[in-house]
Amino acid sequence: MAEKIGVYVCHCGSNIAGKVDVEDIAKWAGENLDDVAVSRDYKFMCSSLGQQMIEEDIKKEKLTRVVVGACSPHLHEKTFRRACSNAGMNPYLMDLTNIREHCSWVHKDRAQATEKARALISAAVQRVKYQEPLEPMFVDVNPATLVIGGGIAGLQAALELADAGYHVYLVERMPSIGGHMAQFDKTFPTLDCSACILTPKMSEAGQHENITLLTYAELEEVSGSVGSFKVKIRQKARCVDYDACTGCGICVEKCPRKVLDTEFEAGMGNRKAIYMPFPQAVPRVPVIDQDSCIWFERQKCRACEKLCPTDAIKFDQQDELIDIEVGNIIIATGWKPFDSKKIPQYGYGRLANVYTSMEFERLCNAAGPTNGKIVMRDGKTVPKSIAIVHCVGSRDDRHNPYCSGVCCMASLKFGHLVLEKTDAEVYSFYIDMRTNQKNYEEFYQRLLGEGMRFVRGKVSEVTDAARMPTEQGKLIVQCEDTLIGRQQRYPVDMVILMGALEPQEDARELGLKCGISCSMDGWYTERHPKLDPVATMTDGVFVAGTCQGPKDIPASVAQGAAAAARVAGMITKGRVMIEPIVATINEQACSGCKICNNMCPYNAIEFLEDPGVSRVITALCKGCGTCVAACPAGVITGAHFNNKQIFSEIEGILWDALQPADDSSPQAEPVPASAS
Amino acid sequence: MSESAPTNGNGNGKAKGKLAIYWAASCGGCEISILGIDTKILDVAAAFDLVMCPCIADGKVRDIEKMEDGEIDVCLFNGGIRTSEQEYMARLFRQKSKCLIAFGSCATEGCIPGLGNLHNRQSIFDNSYTSETDSTENPDNIRPQAVTEVPEGSLHLPIFYDTLKTLDQTVDVDYYLPGCPPESPRIWEAIEVLLSGNLPDKGATIGENTTVCDYCPRTRHNKKIKEFKRTWEVIPDEETCLLEQGLVCAGLATRAGCGALCPQVNSPCIGCYGPNEGVEDYGARLLSALASVIDSEDPDEIDEIIRKGIPDPIGTFYRFSLAGSLMRRGKRPAPTASSQ
Repeated sequence: MAEKIGVYVCHCGSNIAGKVDVEDIAKWAGENLDDVAVSRDYKFMCSSLGQQMIEEDIKKEKLTRVVVGACSPHLHEKTFRRACSNAGMNPYLMDLTNIREHCSWVHKDRAQATEKARALISAAVQRVKYQEPLEPMFVDVNPATLVIGGGIAGLQAALELADAGYHVYLVERMPSIGGHMAQFDKTFPTLDCSACILTPKMSEAGQHENITLLTYAELEEVSGSVGSFKVKIRQKARCVDYDACTGCGICVEKCPRKVLDTEFEAGMGNRKAIYMPFPQAVPRVPVIDQDSCIWFERQKCRACEKLCPTDAIKFDQQDELIDIEVGNIIIATGWKPFDSKKIPQYGYGRLANVYTSMEFERLCNAAGPTNGKIVMRDGKTVPKSIAIVHCVGSRDDRHNPYCSGVCCMASLKFGHLVLEKTDAEVYSFYIDMRTNQKNYEEFYQRLLGEGMRFVRGKVSEVTDAARMPTEQGKLIVQCEDTLIGRQQRYPVDMVILMGALEPQEDARELGLKCGISCSMDGWYTERHPKLDPVATMTDGVFVAGTCQGPKDIPASVAQGAAAAARVAGMITKGRVMIEPIVATINEQACSGCKICNNMCPYNAIEFLEDPGVSRVITALCKGCGTCVAACPAGVITGAHFNNKQIFSEIEGILWDALQPADDSSPQAEPVPASAS
Repeated sequence: MSESAPTNGNGNGKAKGKLAIYWAASCGGCEISILGIDTKILDVAAAFDLVMCPCIADGKVRDIEKMEDGEIDVCLFNGGIRTSEQEYMARLFRQKSKCLIAFGSCATEGCIPGLGNLHNRQSIFDNSYTSETDSTENPDNIRPQAVTEVPEGSLHLPIFYDTLKTLDQTVDVDYYLPGCPPESPRIWEAIEVLLSGNLPDKGATIGENTTVCDYCPRTRHNKKIKEFKRTWEVIPDEETCLLEQGLVCAGLATRAGCGALCPQVNSPCIGCYGPNEGVEDYGARLLSALASVIDSEDPDEIDEIIRKGIPDPIGTFYRFSLAGSLMRRGKRPAPTASSQ
């Protein structure tokens, strides 16, 4: 029986109609395409009136298939599926073809955009005939959640969920949770002590009955899908028995090997080979840095082992793989600082008193290497003047085009701390001051009042080559003050480079493991930049904090909480719908050649030894089609994307190329193409 | 074609059916394989009168031309369509047969003659009739002509086409019997199906719906291939999957039917039984399967693995199926002016 197809072409206001002749296409489809029973255009197909129109047509005209030409399926596939469902049609008998992003938005020429839209509508009409009714599947949501990253965003997410009564695995790759916020002295604009507001949260997370803390651990592998992920965590060898250790710290005290702490202290201070990154570390269990430990270097020493009162030192401890099962994953892996050596004209690494912002954070920090005294590299001289250089590696096409968002405020905070603690003059070299959050502008005004000096211009160079006697022994900041339009030289004692926030080195790698993608800059891509900022394109995987883009602490906390709320919603719902768009192996026809088995990115294919065939584990399959393409015998079918559907779609696209002539016409005596 | 059984039977007092066996662009191996059914040929003879089989028995085209349409019950047609004469015969047998079977690889997918589609008439003739090839001596550069005038009148030769077509690209085909050649036991099974009257749907391939691997006794593992080897480079281990040893064994993409003859004698399958059921394009299938198991992420390394191990991709992936593949070279006419 022939299908009765309804075709609905959306204007999307002028979004589509501005470049595509939608009325013409609707008319054309109704008159020229086989089996099209109804063909209409409408201003906003996604509006309730548009949906109603489709629903009424399905009922009145007894439509068996629906084609909607509108926007991306990401936006409205669900909408139109629901409309079909409401009218009693299986939602998978609808095809939404994208004539907005694929036609009107990318074409300048109206005629060409219209032709392409016509081809896409024709393709959808051909395809939809062969679509099959599918029934969605449901899986139970495992109430446990994996949070990757123990910075403030991850902590917030973990605590929200744990407080709501759900179990959380909090994985942190450093020896302690806390993240960058633990390194800061004060937070802007309130000047709260960073540690004072963070450490209670850390210890709460450390002691929470619903939180399993896995520090010094990294994500190894993720399989499964929303509701039931299987995750492998690599617990790196601490060389300390986690349960036996009491955190007394005697091992750290007695360890004879001092090394530069490039992590927590940002290279400003030392730590031991066995160490806790900072006094309030959670957990209070040290780790042995095997690269610096004398025992690992030349099998000598063992001071820590000898002195440990609980015999907790285990030199032979190995990395351990821990398998956990969770229903959802929140990624909160944060950021890394820009390497200021990439801008050699600023002299970092060459000129002693040029600092990165993280170094300066440690320098100001009362718990830092100088106990909060702002002194130069010699460890005693108090600077008389300090230059703060904004946008180092941000807003710079050679490095990162984006604004790192927090540096202007951090500069003001630094300015305040310097003015509070010293008599130094502070210059801020900015391109634009960006202080657009609550109480931020007020903080800027406050610093203007406190006497911080602002120079609008991009610093071209920091040098120690003096040109005048007043510049002797100073660092000279060369900058065009764009407000007075003059090149100026500012001799100062200390320079702070406000480096950009950059994505973590392995962000893409981790994203791949979890099935989410990164933007060009390397930040994780949210499902929708405005309306769905913490979800991702992979169901059950959420992002929070700076791994999604530069942001300040309040925004990170808000995202952590938001992600937790989304996860809690999933858990409360209890089960999630899984698209029935999955692959199936015809086991009768499978010869067990084992091409597909290690191909599946979701590990959804198992090999059954007894009949010697492969099988798709439906609950794990995401319908990506990798195995369908790989199967040499063609016995794997991708539901909703089978050969018939795809070939029909291609034929539909080529509607104007397909000739009505009989394909079997002889070559020697060509039969004239029959008149169409 | 008739919906009923093509033959009226097995000699139970009913009239015998009529059977034709014909060859077009093929090698004759199919006929040998038919004779390979051995003494069962007598059962065939009991059920059918052989009205035409140029290789085995006498028969005249004019006798076929005189027949009623559909008078022949079964025609086993092997070979692709390369010349006007072959096309004429294909059309003739289509008209006169109730059931036309594309028999063997040439008729179903073009087979070795189909590789000629990498060239055209001109270049094939250049190769065959000029002294470019060592074995050719043709100082006068004589070429076959469709019509040659001699004092006695006009001499005609069939027109040699640019493109070899499969049987179903030329006429409507009822069933397919794959293989180069189809194995004798499979031929007998097909004949039994035809005699039983219990016919499959039109367009079906009479054969198995699984691949050579199913009959291959070698042990298989998950596959990761770092290097493809050519057959002369290694003496393969006899226990493990040949593909895992780097040999391009096409068994995994090839329809079962032969009983995995080649892998059993330590030689990789070359794919003569064609694609498995439901596969549109044999070469693309095999290609995407092998592409899936190349063990490298580095594009340059992948290029190198392919360049070294698969120097002749068409000959590897489309050895039997080029003419019948999606890679046809019929140029479509330019799109008509868009409709209003």
